[in-house]
Amino acid sequence: MLSRVADSLFWMSRYLERTEHTARLIGVGLTQILDQTPQAIIPRWRRLLAALHIEPANDGLIDPQVITRLLTSEAGNPASIVACMTLARENARQVREQISSEMWEYINQLYLSVRATSIEQIWRDEPVEFYQMVKERLLLIQGVTDATMNHGEGWHFIQVGRYLERIWATTLLLEVFFQPYLAGDDGAIDAIDWVALLKSCTAFEAYCKVYTADVQPALVAEFLLLNPDSPRSIRFAADQVQTSLAQIGQLAGTRHVARVNRLAGRLRAQLDYGQVDEIIGDDLLRFLSQIRQQCSAVHDAIYRAYISYPIDQALPQ
Amino acid sequence: MEAAQPLLGQPPFERYALTAAYDEMFAPDGSVRPAYIELAHRLCSLSADELQQRQRYADLTFLNQGITFTVYGDDASIERIFPYDLLPRILTAAEWGQIESGLHQRIVALNEFLRDIYHDEHILRDGVVPRHLIYSCRHYRREMRGLTVPRGVYIAIVGTDLVRLPDGQFVVLEDNLRVPSGVSYMLTNRAVMKRALPLLFGAYGVRPIDHYGQALLATLRALAPAHCPEPTIVLLTPGVFNSAYFEHTFLARQMGIQLVEGRDLLAHNNVIYMRTTKGLQRVDVIYRRIDDDFLDPMTFRPDSILGVPGLFNAYRAGNVVLANAIGTGIADDKAIYSYAPDIIRYYLREEPILPNVPTYLCDRPADRSYVLAHLDELVVKAVGESGGYDMLIGPHSTREEQALFAERIRANPRNYIAQPTLQLSQAPCFINDVIEPRHVDLRPFVLFDGERTTIVPGGLTRVALRRGSLVVNSSQGGGSKDTWVLY
Repeated sequence: MLSRVADSLFWMSRYLERTEHTARLIGVGLTQILDQTPQAIIPRWRRLLAALHIEPANDGLIDPQVITRLLTSEAGNPASIVACMTLARENARQVREQISSEMWEYINQLYLSVRATSIEQIWRDEPVEFYQMVKERLLLIQGVTDATMNHGEGWHFIQVGRYLERIWATTLLLEVFFQPYLAGDDGAIDAIDWVALLKSCTAFEAYCKVYTADVQPALVAEFLLLNPDSPRSIRFAADQVQTSLAQIGQLAGTRHVARVNRLAGRLRAQLDYGQVDEIIGDDLLRFLSQIRQQCSAVHDAIYRAYISYPIDQALPQ
Repeated sequence: MEAAQPLLGQPPFERYALTAAYDEMFAPDGSVRPAYIELAHRLCSLSADELQQRQRYADLTFLNQGITFTVYGDDASIERIFPYDLLPRILTAAEWGQIESGLHQRIVALNEFLRDIYHDEHILRDGVVPRHLIYSCRHYRREMRGLTVPRGVYIAIVGTDLVRLPDGQFVVLEDNLRVPSGVSYMLTNRAVMKRALPLLFGAYGVRPIDHYGQALLATLRALAPAHCPEPTIVLLTPGVFNSAYFEHTFLARQMGIQLVEGRDLLAHNNVIYMRTTKGLQRVDVIYRRIDDDFLDPMTFRPDSILGVPGLFNAYRAGNVVLANAIGTGIADDKAIYSYAPDIIRYYLREEPILPNVPTYLCDRPADRSYVLAHLDELVVKAVGESGGYDMLIGPHSTREEQALFAERIRANPRNYIAQPTLQLSQAPCFINDVIEPRHVDLRPFVLFDGERTTIVPGGLTRVALRRGSLVVNSSQGGGSKDTWVLY
């Protein structure tokens, strides 16, 4: 597979995952504000923005209409749905002979429809429905990807992109909830928020099946960090990253894959053998940022091994 | 449908008028030509709503599949769908037979001409084609002198533009011998047609065209160096911003080959490699969709970032094959075009089957004065351009435009030719809910492997969508329709 193609598949997948993440956060945010006082809403929107790396200038901007516009149709905001979908589609377009026709068509259709929908229209209709539609279409794209594309090298790059992005986004999300909680900021985070956190990861029902509806911060952390079976947990994602990279390494068979596999394996092991009480007792926030650093290291190693390797190392002797 | 029953003037043909141009559907007396009778039946039985619905379905298919092209110099909307007309253009087996043999003859002769021009120059020494026309051509590549190309094939992939004159005769308007495009639209038009009007299509007995991808792959394989039985073939695209990018991805997928950009390739010791996740992999045949100028910044334009530095030397060393070869533009230069009948007679000792359009070379003083005196009647074209750029259509031009072209011609006469304004044939099109005639041309696609030519029975029928317009280029507001060749 061409290095450029691997690069585009990887990023296509990251941007699709990012779009879904944004759509999910907005969907949860919009549902959450329905039964709350205006004062209670502001910190919640702030947290949502922080989870997407956005720092609002003042509280005046904390308004559902303004925020949804920023996160939906504002092409200049890299976290917005339009911006992410544009990049996902642009990457797909560069490899459209590599992905299946169905994948391309569904990606293109979603891109066309999010571009054609104005924020005014979203608010005139039912905003939650729009974000629901985006999520459903992204799940459709994921399903079509798994059902129509060969599960070969290209598909594994898609997997790696999706799950690295998921780890990254989930650690940030955990951070914005646990930072005030661990700082002992009483009342900053209540039961509703922990439920919202789980829902932001589409993990509320899955959590209840494991721990019942008794939502405890430590258990939420354990579930989202260490649950081996939930596709939304960081541990599950790290397993997927490691498995797919091992497959890619086998297919490629170059000399330079050892480093990638070692880094991915280390990330996985840390989560496979992690204990939530130790992690929280030690320093959860530092743990989360370490996980992100390891993701960056894996990303760099992938690029050095498969995509932007130096030519002189690769020339036939 | 009885010929005696007049259809013209009746719905859905109430806005359909015959002109001096050849009409593909109606004979001059208003009767329906035999090949179109079934279509006429069907059109009379469908309501405007039904037709509209099918048209909308087709348009949506193109948009959703992202079958779009890019218009240069248009900021507002860069990607557009290529307008598709619902109604087929139909050719009989006899009409196609003549086109097929005419194209075969022409491609073989032009290929021979290219080999001669870059080797012994017999045709120049015999005075059939003037020497200075060759050396003054922008697309002549002296780097190709004496270089032997695999199987002697310079032009493996060709898309020749034909038009039909008022007497029904097909003539060659342009040879596209460099990087002709449009074949993906021929194939997707057919796919959409089969879904939009399946019953009509099934009833007709239309020859299939779907094997174009395999035929192209077979042609490229045939050109591979003898020492590689399993050649690595790639399609080299300028990238996602090129107007034909959709076509590049489409063809790569049809053939199951890698689509590469210049930055994916590199030359080392006169061998071309592509950068893959497994390391560097050797490339043997390149179907290149990049113009000569941009192929190799070390040999051609130094500012090109689309090409591969060192590609030309690898080509010269025989380590990689390019299709088409470099320097083929000399044979589709519009001034050289006017010599095509002589070229056919010279190499094949046969009379041309498909005639040329009479052409005035502004380079010849007598022709030039005639052209300058008749700018309001003639079509003036730059010799090395394609896509309808740098072109004057006399009867549809203003005095200022004519003056501008007069100036350009005087400044650089070699660069311009002129032809009489042709009445292109017209065909029925579904436009704004009624059926109206529009001018059309035909671009069949020819593959040549040194022995055989393969021409899939069909081609791209391009449509000038504005009423009365004679310009069919997609960059100038043209559309296209499916082309049916009957058994």
